[in-house]
Amino acid sequence: MFSFCTDPSILDDWFWTACYLTTGVHMSFYMSFLKVLLLLAVTAPVALAFGFGGAMLARARFAPLSWVGKGYIALVRGVPDIAFFLFFVIALDQGIEYLRHKVLCSDWDMPIRQGSDFVVCQAAKMPLGNAAQWVHETYGFALAVFTFAIVFGAFAANVLFGAMRAVPRPQLETAEAYGMSHRQTFWRVLVPQMWVYALPGLSNLWLVLIKATPLLFLLGVEDIVYWARELGGTKTPRFTDYPHPDYRMWYFLALLVFYLLFTRISEVALDRLMKRLTRGQATTGGEAQRRAGA
Amino acid sequence: MKKILLATAALSLTAGMAFAEAHSKTVRMGTEGAYPPYNFINDAGEVDGFERELGDELCKRAELTCEWVKNDWDSIIPNLVSSNYDTIMAGMSITDERKEVVAFTQNYYPPTASAYVAASEDADIEGGVVAGQTATIQAGHVAESGATLIEFATPEETVAAVRNGEADAVFADKDYLVPIVEESGGELMFVGDDVPLGDGIGMALRQSDTELRDTFDAVITEMKEDGTLNTMLKKWFGDDTTTYE
Repeated sequence: MFSFCTDPSILDDWFWTACYLTTGVHMSFYMSFLKVLLLLAVTAPVALAFGFGGAMLARARFAPLSWVGKGYIALVRGVPDIAFFLFFVIALDQGIEYLRHKVLCSDWDMPIRQGSDFVVCQAAKMPLGNAAQWVHETYGFALAVFTFAIVFGAFAANVLFGAMRAVPRPQLETAEAYGMSHRQTFWRVLVPQMWVYALPGLSNLWLVLIKATPLLFLLGVEDIVYWARELGGTKTPRFTDYPHPDYRMWYFLALLVFYLLFTRISEVALDRLMKRLTRGQATTGGEAQRRAGA
Repeated sequence: MKKILLATAALSLTAGMAFAEAHSKTVRMGTEGAYPPYNFINDAGEVDGFERELGDELCKRAELTCEWVKNDWDSIIPNLVSSNYDTIMAGMSITDERKEVVAFTQNYYPPTASAYVAASEDADIEGGVVAGQTATIQAGHVAESGATLIEFATPEETVAAVRNGEADAVFADKDYLVPIVEESGGELMFVGDDVPLGDGIGMALRQSDTELRDTFDAVITEMKEDGTLNTMLKKWFGDDTTTYE
């Protein structure tokens, strides 16, 4: 990075640190922070959408639809995350490749399952075997987002399902009395009011999600915890220009600061959101706001 | 008009190249990247080490396009059989248990010793607490030896456990431990006798991928015969390392 970094062994502490912190591996470390933030930014809305869909299904008056919604919530909540991440992602990946194989390689004469091997034709590979490494990484990332969204979507569905039931019954009866249809009542009265009940649960989920990103490495996405462990480990002079003892404490300390900072920012943002959502609501919080304003 | 012609020509050329490329197969080489000198991540963030150099040379001789992929040790075999990459070169010893799931080439690293490293000479390696990496032959050996096994996900953590007193000793490939002991300035030392384990280290492939295995097998034989493999072994593991006859 810097011109004086050619021979780190003769540098004094400050220059050494400057050189050390700007090596190629450290750049990957810094990139992984962006990766985690991007994952959260994409996953949170997708998971919320899954949750909303799940809650709507679970509430459906048509029984089979309701079973689908409730089944989704119960199933995903019941399976340990780590098992889900190991099993589901490989199954999903194989499922996609299986479908592509059926469409693209109809003249293939070998079985797809050969013993423990899963083999599809080259054209059906997802992504293609000769695709650049970044394509593979993006694909892995997309799988990660999808898996996170399904897992956290189930928890969010349960929270939203509860929140929808927490909206005072008289509100809905009033809407019906005004002649609103079931759909109108749902969108105009129920949904705007339920968020205030859902937010505490959702904010918990969000904070858990922030800390669940190390699961990413199971999917081959290198996240901040992987890099902290890798970079912090003892390095002998034989394999690096920057030998150092066990630095893991410092790296994990940096992660601690990052997570705490991020949690604090989230709390502030969620507090504001809560205030905004409470406005005009028939809850004690909304009432307090009204009195303060009057 | 001329410009349009040129553009069309350029377009058809690139399309042709893309088409040709779609037919040539890239061999994706899986590794752990945490096991120096076999494989590790260098300062530039790339896979480096004995297996990187050997793998690149094997691919060159076999005229294959290869690309390195990092994967966690825990899920390195499931991802191979599910075709997310095509080979594993990650210091993986050839064992009968693994042979039930994957196929190995002949070994490119001769059967060697595993060894105990501890922070003091009188460490109890038979009844004490011994660290090992999860799902390795060494961990299996410790579990059978009567000592209490504690497992870690990465080799680095097994050594750290000895340094901070969590374990009495670590049991791992001797070649992995040698540089660590030498650089530790007397803090760590070998204890007990070396234990020969496994049938050497080989490249793992899917059992159905016989063609690719034969290709790599042939090139490994070639490199054993012309002595280049021995040169590489000496370069990465020192002059005293076991070599091929």
